[in-house]
Amino acid sequence: MSLLLDAGTVVLVAAGLLFFAAGTLGLVRLPDGLSRIHALTKADNVGLALIVLGLLPQAPSLLAAVKMAAVWLLAQFASGAVAQVMAEAAMAEAPMAEAAMAEAAEQEAQR
Amino acid sequence: MSLLFDGLLCLLLAGGALAAVASPAPRAAVLAFMGYGLLLGLAWARLKAPDVALTEIAIGSGISGIVLLRAAAGARPADAATAGPGATGRALAAAVSVAVALALAAMVLALPEPAPSQAADAAAALPATGLGNPVTGVLLAFRALDTLLEKIVLLLALVGVWALARDPKWRGRPAPLFEGAAPAPSAFLARILVPIGVLVGIYLLWTGADAPGGAFQSGATLAAMGLLALMGGIAPLPDAGSRRLRAVLLAGPFGLLAVGFLGWASAGAFLAFPPGIEKLVIKTVEVAITASIALTLILVVLGPPAGEERP
Amino acid sequence: MTDALLYGLAGAALAGAGTYGLLTAAGALGRILGFNILGGGVFLIFGAVARRGAGAGLAADPVPQALVITGIVVAFCATALAVALLLRLDAARAAPDQDDGEKRGEAP
Repeated sequence: MSLLLDAGTVVLVAAGLLFFAAGTLGLVRLPDGLSRIHALTKADNVGLALIVLGLLPQAPSLLAAVKMAAVWLLAQFASGAVAQVMAEAAMAEAPMAEAAMAEAAEQEAQR
Repeated sequence: MSLLFDGLLCLLLAGGALAAVASPAPRAAVLAFMGYGLLLGLAWARLKAPDVALTEIAIGSGISGIVLLRAAAGARPADAATAGPGATGRALAAAVSVAVALALAAMVLALPEPAPSQAADAAAALPATGLGNPVTGVLLAFRALDTLLEKIVLLLALVGVWALARDPKWRGRPAPLFEGAAPAPSAFLARILVPIGVLVGIYLLWTGADAPGGAFQSGATLAAMGLLALMGGIAPLPDAGSRRLRAVLLAGPFGLLAVGFLGWASAGAFLAFPPGIEKLVIKTVEVAITASIALTLILVVLGPPAGEERP
Repeated sequence: MTDALLYGLAGAALAGAGTYGLLTAAGALGRILGFNILGGGVFLIFGAVARRGAGAGLAADPVPQALVITGIVVAFCATALAVALLLRLDAARAAPDQDDGEKRGEAP
């Protein structure tokens, strides 16, 4: 029985790590801020859920398992809200970044 | 095997620190610093120092991150005059840094072998205080003088920040954290997270007597919840001239000072606790210290008073 | 090579990185970050010393750990004061004619 639980833990935690790796790949390779925020938030949320699910069989008591689930729930709230606020900030900065890039291109053309 | 994990963590720490130091953009540097702070918290947990890990993540990475992000947002773009030293200057600085690192590494490698330790003394004296957490015992009983002086340093830092206000605005409220209305997701997060966070903070204070936790960790968590409430627009900006606010600020250091003088009267030495009621006195003074720390941290992050909005 | 030794060496490396940042950063914010990293490195060395002092049923010596907690809070105070000074300096440079003598009616 404990062998089965350990095997389940390994599989679920490995799957969670895969999702985190996918999110990091998106962070590095995607072109602009909004798509990076989207990829990172979604992948990290699922990854954390899988890791918490995988660690639940290893919990020493019911209270510890409930605490781990509570940590996951709080992380969901926080990451969802933070992603929205960051996306709004990124969109507010985009026109300024474009203007800066247009200015730099103009200066290049003038030389 | 665990040494492999520790080695990887140390490499990540060094990488994060170098990224924070070498980034030209101020905001990228601050974000790298915040990530490095979280990894540092993990390193403290691996060093079997859970109280320090809690403090590092809450204050060293979290609240410091807020302060530094505000600085990065307000920073003027660097111009040629402030570009820093040239190539020879950098080479010299690199040489000095490498020398510092090597000297400290040599010192670490030359630490004496039966490691001198006060763990035995602390463990022997702990039952007399009625506490179960040795770090809390050191902070509030064995080296309570350090804690008293640190509370006074916190107060002095706040006075320093307040002294930067323009004269006519000395008694006002600090500048608001956002323009217009608070972003809706922030308000939502504040409404959900602040009650839970305050509960966690009070629990950290209560359980700090016997398990990792204590006044500083609790104060930092409560300060973070206060800042979250301010960022979500569900709490008003504190008024620097308010008497109640100043009373709470002073309750920490002067409460501890009063306990110190009381110790002279009742147990024969400054900051000694009256025998039999040590745990009660420690708990009471911890509540005052925690409230004072939380309020001081919030006010120090908010900055100098900037006056009410003129009609 | 124990874990305490490893973290002590990491602390030494962090202190070196922090010193480099303190000396070469372009703006004041970079120097503040360098100061913080230098402090973090020194605290890690304290942590390694504490870990080596395990004994009497405790996993680590509590006295250096308590000193580090005090140090983290004091370092944060220094950082916050430095940032407040930095922002005030920038505001004063941006509006050099504004003076604090408004209350007393003195000429700038």
